[in-house]
Amino acid sequence: MNILVCIKQVPDPGGRFMPNAAATWFDDAGLVFRMNDCDEYAVEEALRLKELLGGTPEVTVLSVGPMRVVETIRKALAMGCDRGVHIDDPEASERDPWQIASMIAGHAMNRTYDLIFTGMQSEDRGSAQVGVLVAEKLGVSCVSGIMAFEWSDHSVTVERELEGGIRGIARLKSPALLTCQQGLNIPRYPTLPNIMKSKKKEISVLRPEEVGVDASLSSVAGFRHHERKNAGRILEGEVGQIADQVVAMLDAKTKVLRRGGAR
Amino acid sequence: MKLLLVGESRDGRLPGEVLELFGFADVLGAETSMVLVGSPDVLPLFSGRLYLADIRLYGEYNPEVHKRLVLKAIDQERPDAVVFLHSSYGWDLAPRVAAAMKVAQVSAVTGIDGEGFTVDSCNGKMRRTVKPSTSSFVLTLQPGAFPALRISGIPEIIPIDADQATRVEYIGSRKPEAGVDLSRATVIVSAGRGIGKQEHLDLVRDLASVLGGEIGASRPVVDAGWLQRSLQVGTTGQTVSPELYVACGISGAIQHVAGMRGAGFVLAVNTDRDAPIGDVADLLVVADIVQFLPALTSRIKAWQASGF
Repeated sequence: MNILVCIKQVPDPGGRFMPNAAATWFDDAGLVFRMNDCDEYAVEEALRLKELLGGTPEVTVLSVGPMRVVETIRKALAMGCDRGVHIDDPEASERDPWQIASMIAGHAMNRTYDLIFTGMQSEDRGSAQVGVLVAEKLGVSCVSGIMAFEWSDHSVTVERELEGGIRGIARLKSPALLTCQQGLNIPRYPTLPNIMKSKKKEISVLRPEEVGVDASLSSVAGFRHHERKNAGRILEGEVGQIADQVVAMLDAKTKVLRRGGAR
Repeated sequence: MKLLLVGESRDGRLPGEVLELFGFADVLGAETSMVLVGSPDVLPLFSGRLYLADIRLYGEYNPEVHKRLVLKAIDQERPDAVVFLHSSYGWDLAPRVAAAMKVAQVSAVTGIDGEGFTVDSCNGKMRRTVKPSTSSFVLTLQPGAFPALRISGIPEIIPIDADQATRVEYIGSRKPEAGVDLSRATVIVSAGRGIGKQEHLDLVRDLASVLGGEIGASRPVVDAGWLQRSLQVGTTGQTVSPELYVACGISGAIQHVAGMRGAGFVLAVNTDRDAPIGDVADLLVVADIVQFLPALTSRIKAWQASGF
């Protein structure tokens, strides 16, 4: 049995973002990169299934991006994935979801993956398209945004998260692609022995033209800071002084202090 | 411009956000039709063609069959754009439809910018303009981004059907575990990823306690298992409108903000001055919660002890 996990490297959202010269995406300078949140859940779920099946499935982890994404592939290998695939594409950040999906599908087309796990969406772009597009391109069945996963002899039962916390339950058969929502499981930390082991694991490097990349369907006409709508007050400085100011403001603007008190 | 709006049903009803699809069409001054898998007893009111498939036959979540139904309506209507909500229904179905049409999709649209559409990126800190290059295209609209437009009229109903074969069998739904009802709380102090450690929840609890408020959470705190899921505020959690909302270490992802937009006064505490929570905060305190929360709690106690 073969499992593919697709992961993306994203900048930590706490960083300071500056547009690049062409104003199409951010400049990498000064940003800290790590694995996309949802994708960690995807890696974890694949590894849990591998363990459940006595370690027989081979778990391949794939990422599209420039050289720096190898570090994130290594993390997935240290968590327990067996082998890595790096589609080395320095232009990845200029590609649209259709193109990224075409590269992943181009790789997966010639293998027989029983299951593909992806994150539901990326933290930096948030299109929630790539996973579902890969499934459509491969012609495999798909459910997006799963919060629970159960495997029983090639039959998969999943829960989808709906608005208001309601869960929809669906069943499908492998081959299938599932996009994972945050909270699906608790992703593990790599252990030291596994980090050591992962250094010996193989990462295949493929160029975009080797897997095939479609023409883009959309273009980016601008990337800029989100102009702040609300000019609320900002307080900085010594915490004691700020706390005094906050108390004064809460008293002036709300009735909660007068009503409050421990119950 | 000609739009085909894709309506949706939740729990047998049309969610209020469906009116935002009409609001978007109005902003564009577009000619509108709609496709809906819904109940013939609960119809959207507008003047235009409504391609209708009966939900009793086709179900609420049945993506492979719903894709065929939407494509049928597209075939007859030939719209310039097919517009979904960026909801659990829309983000699942839209890429399937876009893939079948081999056209561009722009997700979670928050605005219109020339010939392109604006979308949030980098957790709401940055904004992009994306321009479809294909002659027709698919959009999903960020809930809350466009005005809900209540219009009148009686739609012209065009029944549609499709092959019911599917590889995804829908079994049913399950309601969330019941918990504290935050919708009636006067004060909510919510914890986000920025609190750093589970132990720091005590600081959040202490503040909630002196304010006589309830504790809430943003998604990452719940995902980490630090608080139960029933305390989550946001699109997939509770929608709240307290007099005071204190956001502790919450960055302000759009899905969280959607659940607390109705708050009277918003106090945000965050080390990141640029966090998008600043958009909705009346007061943003740039400080580490470990230092600031105890300071605020003790001053409120002192203030209350002073007999106002």
